[in-house]
Amino acid sequence: MTELSTLPEQEKSLVEINNLRRWFPVQKNFIDQMLAQKIDYVRAVDDVTFNIRQGEAFGLAGESGSGKSTIGRLTIGLDKPTKGEVIFDGINLGKQSSEELRKLRRRMQVIFQDPMASLNPRMTLGDAIMEGLRIHKPELKQQHRDMVLTMMEKVGMTPPLFFFNKYPHQISGGQRQRVVIARALITQPDLILADEPIAMADVSVRALLLDLMVQLKKEFNLTYLFITHDLATAKYICERIGILYLGKMMEMSDLREVYGHPLHPYTQALLAAVPVPDPHQRRTQPMPEGEIPNPINPPSGCRFHPRCPIAKEQCSQVEPVFRELRPGHFVACHFAEQNL
Amino acid sequence: MANQNEKLMEIRDLCVTYKTRLGSVSAVDHVSFDIFKGEILGLVGESGCGKSTMGKALMRMIDPPGEISSGQIILEGEDIMGYTPDQMRDVRGRKISMIFQDPMTSLNPTQRVDEHIIEAIQVHEPKTTKENGLGRATSLIERLGIQQRRLNSYPHQLSGGMRQRVMIALGLVLNANLIVADEATTSLDVIVEAKLADQLREIRDEFGVALLAITHNIALVAELADRIAVMYAGHMAEIGPVEDVFDNPLHPYTQGLLSSVPNIKLDDTEELYKMAGEPPNLTHPPSGCRFHPRCPKAMPICSKLAPKFEEVTPGRQVQCWLYQDHPQKETPAIKVTA
Repeated sequence: MTELSTLPEQEKSLVEINNLRRWFPVQKNFIDQMLAQKIDYVRAVDDVTFNIRQGEAFGLAGESGSGKSTIGRLTIGLDKPTKGEVIFDGINLGKQSSEELRKLRRRMQVIFQDPMASLNPRMTLGDAIMEGLRIHKPELKQQHRDMVLTMMEKVGMTPPLFFFNKYPHQISGGQRQRVVIARALITQPDLILADEPIAMADVSVRALLLDLMVQLKKEFNLTYLFITHDLATAKYICERIGILYLGKMMEMSDLREVYGHPLHPYTQALLAAVPVPDPHQRRTQPMPEGEIPNPINPPSGCRFHPRCPIAKEQCSQVEPVFRELRPGHFVACHFAEQNL
Repeated sequence: MANQNEKLMEIRDLCVTYKTRLGSVSAVDHVSFDIFKGEILGLVGESGCGKSTMGKALMRMIDPPGEISSGQIILEGEDIMGYTPDQMRDVRGRKISMIFQDPMTSLNPTQRVDEHIIEAIQVHEPKTTKENGLGRATSLIERLGIQQRRLNSYPHQLSGGMRQRVMIALGLVLNANLIVADEATTSLDVIVEAKLADQLREIRDEFGVALLAITHNIALVAELADRIAVMYAGHMAEIGPVEDVFDNPLHPYTQGLLSSVPNIKLDDTEELYKMAGEPPNLTHPPSGCRFHPRCPKAMPICSKLAPKFEEVTPGRQVQCWLYQDHPQKETPAIKVTA
């Protein structure tokens, strides 16, 4: 759909996502299947194109059902796209065998939201972190224990020997997330997919985890794909951000550019809706009507048009092109030029 | 904000304990505060601080192994701790109603919206006819911005925001004086959450109902509430008007908490405050002030004796040794000016 050829050459992409589409078939009951000829699809991700530059933290934000987690899973090859391609460091994931994909996974690791669900309750923390080394670096068996202890120290689990033989239920939620981070980093990955990594943590613990992620990114030269519904948190870690709505990318640019000069009415509404922790700055503007529509039959034209305050007839008929309006600032809205 | 100074509910020295195999946990420990008529009081704190327990305790809905071990809950001048189960049933719904985080688990999946509302009316007012109840349901549901035809829908046919508004309707239909909303907007998307927050404020203005908004979302309280109450490890750390507390937090925990809240505004500072440590396990709470192991301003007395929850300026109470004098304390109390 859109070519990102205008990007400066020196900014090397680690990941390129081209016209990515993931439609999930809807399971219907037997009689409906017999009667209806066509299959319905949930259009979780529909023609999304973006790139993640080497060494940056790229945020994907959107409400529930916007497709952000699906894109994350597609990016690291946990799911196969219906159409489109994911290119990781020049390698097209869709063309790899499962054995080659397994090898590639050393270079892309995941941090999920709920550390208790990510950790095996019957495995000690040390073993859990070591697991990746056993799979990807069996030749270094003698050094595994030392590598794990060093990594535990790096994520702030000190003294590491105290934690090494503990089980997940014996430590606090914030520490559990540190274990998950250590486990992700132990294989020396290039890309970290962080899917709502701090959404479960309490406010007072959140700041520490965010800071840890920023520090580790510098130290290990990591690239983050940071998926979140919390735009306020994204501000503290992401350099660029993409705003998703119903499987479509609505706007994408540097985070400060998007937050400072949002061009899409959806982005504007989303940013205005986030409560500000200052009672003197209460929001006064009204919120758009309705809620995210059903992704099985998404609205025609621009998917935001039924809720959009500036929608015109054109919006329900013609899908807006995702285009670059300022250097590096992409928007999919017919009237975005008016906001420039 | 009508009747802002008339007390609706007074909570005095309330304790809630849970009996566990590892000993008893005092989830709410000698907490006292007031809820005024028609106010929105935001009750914030981290997970495990006792805020949800507090909300349930106000309706005396603590299930075993937990119990309200001491204290008074005075509603409109009467201590409801002495009420019989029948009297309590009348209080719940008619005087106080509650909205939970997940409306899908609160609504009956086999009942339509109108049936829910009519049932709620008829349980408390048995003489009401179905037609009368339906009339009340219709006008209320339309007031909340749900189309009339939705009365015939089942909960699964509604969106998350609509379900939560049905829950609010159930709370309002009997003219309750207090709605306890426990993380009522947490599962909603930001835009829907913002709209619901607007509506909650409108409802308060229109019906004069008081709202106790229990949430971990501190920014939302800044947006919504008149007063804020901060709980930490079963204690009430601080309470006061929302502008005053945000402008000048007194308790070191409140100070840390407020400066660790992410702010979406670009002109805000780039660094979040990083509070040391994590909330304590309440089977073995720290001695003295429960916050002292994490407190940057801790003094020798803090680990020995628990401070009182005292008023420091009119309308502002705080439980911290910084603002109180004691023979064992070396430095004099800080005077706070309003």
